[in-house]
Amino acid sequence: MSVKKSVIPFSGTEEQEKLLHGIIEQHRHQAGALMPVLQKAQELYGYLPIEVQNMIADGLKVPKSQVYGVVSFYAQFTLNPKGRNQIQICLGTACYVKGAGNLLDRLSDKLGIAPGGITPDGKFSLDECRCFGACGLAPVVIVNGEVYGRLKSDDIDGILGKYE
Amino acid sequence: MPKLTIDNIQIEVPEGTTILEASTQLGIDIPTLCHMKELSPEGSCRMCLVEVENARGLQTSCNTICSEGMVVRTDTEKVIDSHRFVLDMLLSNHNLDCFNCAANGQCKLQDYCVQYGVERTSFKGLKCTEPVDTSSPFFDFDHTKCILCRKCVRTCEHIQCDSVLSAADRGFGTSISTFMGVPYLESGCVSCGNCVQACPVGALTLKDSKKYRVWETKKVTTTCPHCATGCQMNLIVKKGKIVAVEGAPGPANEGQLCVKGRFGSHDFVHSPDRLKHPLIKKNGKFEQATWDEALDLIASKMTELKKKYGPNSLAGFSCSRAPNEDNYVMQKMVRTVFETNNVDNCARVCHSATVAGLAITLGSGAMTNTIKDITEEPEVMLIVGSNTTEAHPVIGSRIRRAKQNGCKLIVVDPRETTLAEEADIHLKIRPGTNVAFANGIMNIIISEGLEDKEYIAARTEGYDEIKKIVAEYTPEKVAAICRIDADALREAAIMYAKAEKAPIIYCLGVTEHSTGTEGVMSMSNIAMLVGKIGKAGCGVNPLRGQNNVQGACDMGCLPTDFPGYQKANKPEVISKFEKAWGVSLSSSKGLTSTEVFVAANEGKIKGLYIFGEDPIVTDPDTGHVNNALNNIEFLVVQELFMTETAAYADVILPGASYAQKEGTFSNTERRVQRVRKAVELEGEQRLDTDIFCDLMTRMGYPAHYDSASDIMDEVARLTPSFGGISFERLDRGESLQWPCTYSDHPGTPIMHCEVFSRGLGYFYPAVYKPAAELPDEEYPILLNTGRMLYHYNTRAMTGRSPGINIISNSSYIEINYKDAQKLGIGNHDRVKVYSRRGELETEALVGRKVNEGESFMTFHFPDGNANKLTNAALDEFARIPEYKVCAIKIEKA
Repeated sequence: MSVKKSVIPFSGTEEQEKLLHGIIEQHRHQAGALMPVLQKAQELYGYLPIEVQNMIADGLKVPKSQVYGVVSFYAQFTLNPKGRNQIQICLGTACYVKGAGNLLDRLSDKLGIAPGGITPDGKFSLDECRCFGACGLAPVVIVNGEVYGRLKSDDIDGILGKYE
Repeated sequence: MPKLTIDNIQIEVPEGTTILEASTQLGIDIPTLCHMKELSPEGSCRMCLVEVENARGLQTSCNTICSEGMVVRTDTEKVIDSHRFVLDMLLSNHNLDCFNCAANGQCKLQDYCVQYGVERTSFKGLKCTEPVDTSSPFFDFDHTKCILCRKCVRTCEHIQCDSVLSAADRGFGTSISTFMGVPYLESGCVSCGNCVQACPVGALTLKDSKKYRVWETKKVTTTCPHCATGCQMNLIVKKGKIVAVEGAPGPANEGQLCVKGRFGSHDFVHSPDRLKHPLIKKNGKFEQATWDEALDLIASKMTELKKKYGPNSLAGFSCSRAPNEDNYVMQKMVRTVFETNNVDNCARVCHSATVAGLAITLGSGAMTNTIKDITEEPEVMLIVGSNTTEAHPVIGSRIRRAKQNGCKLIVVDPRETTLAEEADIHLKIRPGTNVAFANGIMNIIISEGLEDKEYIAARTEGYDEIKKIVAEYTPEKVAAICRIDADALREAAIMYAKAEKAPIIYCLGVTEHSTGTEGVMSMSNIAMLVGKIGKAGCGVNPLRGQNNVQGACDMGCLPTDFPGYQKANKPEVISKFEKAWGVSLSSSKGLTSTEVFVAANEGKIKGLYIFGEDPIVTDPDTGHVNNALNNIEFLVVQELFMTETAAYADVILPGASYAQKEGTFSNTERRVQRVRKAVELEGEQRLDTDIFCDLMTRMGYPAHYDSASDIMDEVARLTPSFGGISFERLDRGESLQWPCTYSDHPGTPIMHCEVFSRGLGYFYPAVYKPAAELPDEEYPILLNTGRMLYHYNTRAMTGRSPGINIISNSSYIEINYKDAQKLGIGNHDRVKVYSRRGELETEALVGRKVNEGESFMTFHFPDGNANKLTNAALDEFARIPEYKVCAIKIEKA
C-alpha cells in the first residue's frame, strides 16, 4: 500500500474549517452521513486531503480507515487538489487502441506523477477519463478544456511547454 | 426448529442457523476463507458455496439460513468445480513463493489447493507488485499474498475495535490499507497482532515465524503472565525454546491477545540475563554459590534473627506473578518457620483497598460478575478509574465491542483515555475526588426517587446513615469538588440507575488513594442503592492488576488472612491450620508490606524474604524504600533477574518463570486457570516451591510436595472456597470460578445472588476527604500516575522484548497545553520534575489528555520513574499508598 498523502501542503482556511464543521453538524445524527459529508467537503476544498478526512472522521466518530476506504473507492473523490493546469487523458476504447497508453506513459514520465496526482509545484494535475465523445480525434488529451487530438508521444513536450 | 437434509443426513436446527453451522454440527467440512464464527457472516470469498435443491445457482452456506425441508449437497461435482474456480482465480494474483513463505504448512489457500487438486492458475494477467510493509517490529504485510478476505479488517474493527485497517481503492487495485496507506508502524496500530492470527494465508505473518517451521513445533496451552484478564494462549515451542505465542480460546479472551501477551511473554524466559545460580554477597560483591551454601546461610541467619529479635522481626513478600501453588507454599513457609503473619503480596499497592473494602461491605473482596457477563449483557457501563484499553487491553476491546453493539458508556477518569473519547458521558474528575463523585451520584439517584427500596430493605443495612450523608452532596457541590459539570453528573446518575443491566467497572483510579478503601466502598454503595449486585450484567467489578494478584490474596499471602480469606484473628482458623500443618501458629496481626518498610526504617524488621517483587521500582517514595532496605540486616531475594531490589540482597536465589512450571493463576473474575510447563529450567534454576520446601526443612519443618497438583489438593482441603478445585478437573477442560466448594460444584460466575457473603450488604458511611498532599504555591501541579499499553509494571518481562522497546522505551510526563504555555514548554521538550521527595528529568507530552493543573506519569521506565516523586501516604484500612495524587513542580530542563 503506497502512501497517499498529497505532495501539496494543505492550505485550508479557518473559514473553510468552520463551514466543514457546519456540514458535519448538519449530518452528524443521520445514518449514512459519510457520503454526503465527503461530497460537500470535496465541493468546499476541491479535494479530500488527510487533514479534511481527519476532521470528518473525528466529527462523525467514524474510524479514519473507513473514511479512507470510502474516499479511495469512489472515483468521484480525489486525494489531490487540481493543478493550475488540469490535464485529462482519454483511456476510452478508441483512444486506447490508437495509443493513449503510450501517451499516458510519456505524460507520467515527464511530469513524474501517476494519474490522480499533482506535480509538487502545483503546475499540472493529471487525470484519466473515459471518452469525451471525440473518438474521431483519437487519441485525445484535454488541457484546461482545450482539446488536442491525433496525438503522438512526441507531441507531449510541445503541449506541456505552452502552459505556465 | 427447521428440519433439513445435508448430504442425505437429516438434522434439526434452531431457527436462524446457517447451512455452514448446521454442516459443522454434522461434521461436514465446508471450505471457507472469509468466515469468522465470532462475527456476522461476510459472504465474500465464495469458497463456501453449496447446492440447495430448487434454488437458483449455488448458495453461500455461511449466510444462507436453514429452512424447513431444505435439501443441501456439499459434495457434488458442480460444488467442487466452484471451489476449484475460486482457488484458480485467487492463484491468478497470488505470489506462489510458498517455499519462502512463513505460512507454508499453515495456509488455508495451500491446503484447499492440495485438497481440490489445483496446482496452478489457468488465468494469465496482472499481478500485485506492492512492496512488503516491514515497518512493524512484530510482523510483515505482504500484499502479493493477500486474498482480500478482509479477516484482518474485521478483526481490527470488531474484535480489537481499533479500526486501523480497511479495504481501499477498487477493482484490481483493491488492497488492505491503513489510513492513507501509511506504514503499519505509523498507522496508530497497537500491535496486538490479532489480524496476523486471523490471516488464513501468508499475507500477514509474524517476524518470529521465520525461526521455525510449523511441523517442528509443539503448542503448550497456558495462561498469560501479564494482567489479570487471564487470556489463554499457546506457547509455540521448538527444541526447548519458546519461539512465538498465539491466542487460544478461553472464557476471558476468546482467542484474542494484546501486544504484551503476544509479544512480551517469551523473550524474557530465555533472556541471557536470567539468574541461573544462587548468589551470596561477600564483601559487597555477589559470588556464585551452591544451593546448599545459600540455603544453609538463609536458614541459619533467619533462625538467628528470629531467636535474637523475635519472629515478628522477620517478614516475607510473596509474588503476585507466581502461580497459586508458589504463593500457598510461600505463606506457609512464613507462617510455619518464620512463625509470623508478616506476609503480604503486591496487591497491597494495587487492590488491597478492594480486598479490604468489599470484604467490609459485601463480605468478599473480588469481582462480583464475569468478564463475559459485564461486557455482553449491559445497556450501560459505569467505568471508574480504569484505563481499560491500556491496562487490561482485551477487556478494553470487549467494552468497545459492547459500545459498537449499542451499550452506553459512562467513563469517570481524569484523563482523556480511549474509552473516555468513545464514552457517551465522560466525567473528567479531579484525581482524589472519587468519594465526592460517588456521593453525588447517590444524592441524585435518591432525589430522583430511583433507589431500589425493596432491595435496600431486604438485603442491606446502614442505608439511613448514608442517606443522611449524601444529602449534603448536591450535584453543584460535587461538581465544584470534582471540577465537572453538574448536569453531566445528573445525566450519568440517571442513565446508570435507570438501566436494567449496568455494571460498575473500576480499577486503580479508585484504589490507589489515601482514601482508597472508602472509594471502593463508595462503589458498592452506588450499586447496592439501585439493587445492582447479585444480578447478571451488573455488579461491582474491580479489574485486578497482575496475572495472579487475585490468587496471591486467595492463597493467604496477606498479614490478616489464611488461604481463602480465613481470618488470622479467629481462634478456630488458627487451630484448624495448626492441626493441618502440625505446628503452633501466631494469631497476632502481621504487618503489610508498606508497614514493613516503615518498621524497617525504625529498626523493627531485621530479616526480609522477597519473592518476585521489586519494591524499589514499584513502591512510592523510592528514597524511603532504599533506606528501609539498607536498614535490614538480612535480605533474601528470589528472582528471575538482577533487579534494583536484588542488588540490596544478601542472598539471591534463581527462581522459575511461568513457562517453566506447572500451576494455576486466578484471574480477575476468580477463574482458576492452568499454567503449564513449556520449557525446562536452565542452569541451576529451581522450582520456587522446591526452594521454599528445602528452606522449611532446613528450619526444622520437613516439607515436600511431589507436584503442583498435590499443593492444590492441600489448598482445596483447607480452603472452603477452593474445595472443589483440582488439576484433574481443570485439565478435563472445566473452567472454575471460586467459590467452588465441592468436587462437582460448577463454580460461581455471579456472587451475592441470594444473599451477600457477609449476610446483609453494608452501606459504608463514606465522607469525602481531600488527598494527603494537594498542589500549593511551591508545588503547583497535581501528579497522577498509572500504566501504559506497551509495558508491564517494572518491565521485567516487556522490557526484554526488542520489538516492544522499539515502540516504547522511555519515560514521559503528560502536561496540559495551557500549563505548558505558561511554563514555556513545547511538545517533546525535556523537563525537570520535582516533588518534596525526589526529582527526575523526562520528556514532556503536551496536549489535552490531562486537565490544566494536572499531569500524568508511569513508573515503567528507569530513566524517569514516577515513584521517585510519589507520596507514601497510606490508607487507614488497607495501607495502600496514594500513588494517584501528589504535588509537583515542572520546569524546562
